[in-house]
Amino acid sequence: MSTDNTKQENKAGTGEVRIRVRDLKKTFGDLEVLKSISMEVHEGEVVVVIGPSGSGKSTFLRCLNRLENADSGVVEIDGTDINARGVNLNKVRENIGMVFQHFNLFNNLNVLDNMTLAPVQLSKCSKPEAADRAGKLLERVGLADKAGSYPHQLSGGQKQRVAIARALCMQPKIMLFDEPTSALDPEMVGEVLQVMKDLAADGMTMVVVTHEMGFAREVADRVVFMDGGYIVEEGTPEEVLLHPSEPRTIDFLNKVL
Amino acid sequence: MLRIITDYGGLLLVAMGRTLLLALLGLFFACIIGLIFGIMSVVHNRPCNIIAQVFVDAIRGVPMIVLAFFVYFGVPYLFNTIIGGFSVTLTALQAGTICLALNCGAYMSEIIRAGIQSVDIGQMEAARSLGLTYAMAMRRIILPQAIRTMIPSIINQFIITLKDTSILSVIGFPELVNTAKNVQANTFMSFQTWAIVGVMYLIVITILSRSAKRMERRLNVDR
Repeated sequence: MSTDNTKQENKAGTGEVRIRVRDLKKTFGDLEVLKSISMEVHEGEVVVVIGPSGSGKSTFLRCLNRLENADSGVVEIDGTDINARGVNLNKVRENIGMVFQHFNLFNNLNVLDNMTLAPVQLSKCSKPEAADRAGKLLERVGLADKAGSYPHQLSGGQKQRVAIARALCMQPKIMLFDEPTSALDPEMVGEVLQVMKDLAADGMTMVVVTHEMGFAREVADRVVFMDGGYIVEEGTPEEVLLHPSEPRTIDFLNKVL
Repeated sequence: MLRIITDYGGLLLVAMGRTLLLALLGLFFACIIGLIFGIMSVVHNRPCNIIAQVFVDAIRGVPMIVLAFFVYFGVPYLFNTIIGGFSVTLTALQAGTICLALNCGAYMSEIIRAGIQSVDIGQMEAARSLGLTYAMAMRRIILPQAIRTMIPSIINQFIITLKDTSILSVIGFPELVNTAKNVQANTFMSFQTWAIVGVMYLIVITILSRSAKRMERRLNVDR
């Protein structure tokens, strides 16, 4: 366990910066959701964001691919400020996969078309190439036999695994997960977390908003605790989850663990 | 009754054909108008939203018979006499098509707006997160799903539009009602004439709504 952590810290420290966030602020009407967020995510790093509901962690994640427009501050993806005028947001998003709490599979398309639509439409590859890639990804998430199924024919866990595979089909450099297991029946959480663990082991750069403390402890290079629109505490899983120093972190962990 | 069918049956059938032609032309342009204004009312662009809303409110707030007189008599008068220097004439079919297209288009735009908004916002977010443009997402993901929920309302609107063609008898287009008025004037058999006309509408509309039901069921197989 301790050698494992050292390895992860090294990896986290040396990779180039993929995501850089500086003084990010976001309000919804009168509600200040993000007050001042600054952080960096390095190549191959797995950052797990935890915190009570309403702490702004989902909003933060959605600012990283500009599903939410920040009020001020800088979000740089591979050096590109995505809030800048004239930035090609669609190009930026091609490199950032996102997995949602409610899966959001395209209900009118079968599994294969869900996965190949974006790469083919955006001329990333030809239809057969995309289908080939999708087939391999489906195999990887254990759903090789579901290519022709429609979303309503799948269980929650299967839907979420397809959603992950769909995002991977664009061959993104970064993956964002917005509470990917929160809408699942308990017995299906494991299969989705396993896919995410495999992805982390393959060196994917990941930002994961979750309530799965076990996953955070096991997979995260860094855990970030958010509350009230601020990052209250961050560090290795050991530091934040086992030896938290901030009273708010201690309070939160006492409630969830 | 029989005499009307034998003597005027052919005439009434031809008139029914004209009714259908007018309805189809009107519906065709109404679909285009409805799609344009429907999308304009959901895009994140304030001027577009306002234009769409004003259009819908204006058309909904005016009875179609007034619209028909306005388009058929008012618009040519505006160009030829008030402004002057033009010689605009509209045939009854042209004016009728414009009226139906505007009227039905306004309602279609509301149906399409509601249909698009009924699709879960997550579908659009997922599409955009993959790098698809708004237009691609709309065409490939949102509209195909929206159309399913819209179909019953669209068919209802089609039926209303088909019946509304009868209002255009006032501008002299020889559709079914206008023709039937002449038949009645010639024969004085008003009961028989209007009974036959009523049954003719009934048959066409029943066929329309039955086949629509079938189509609806077929579209829902992969639900």
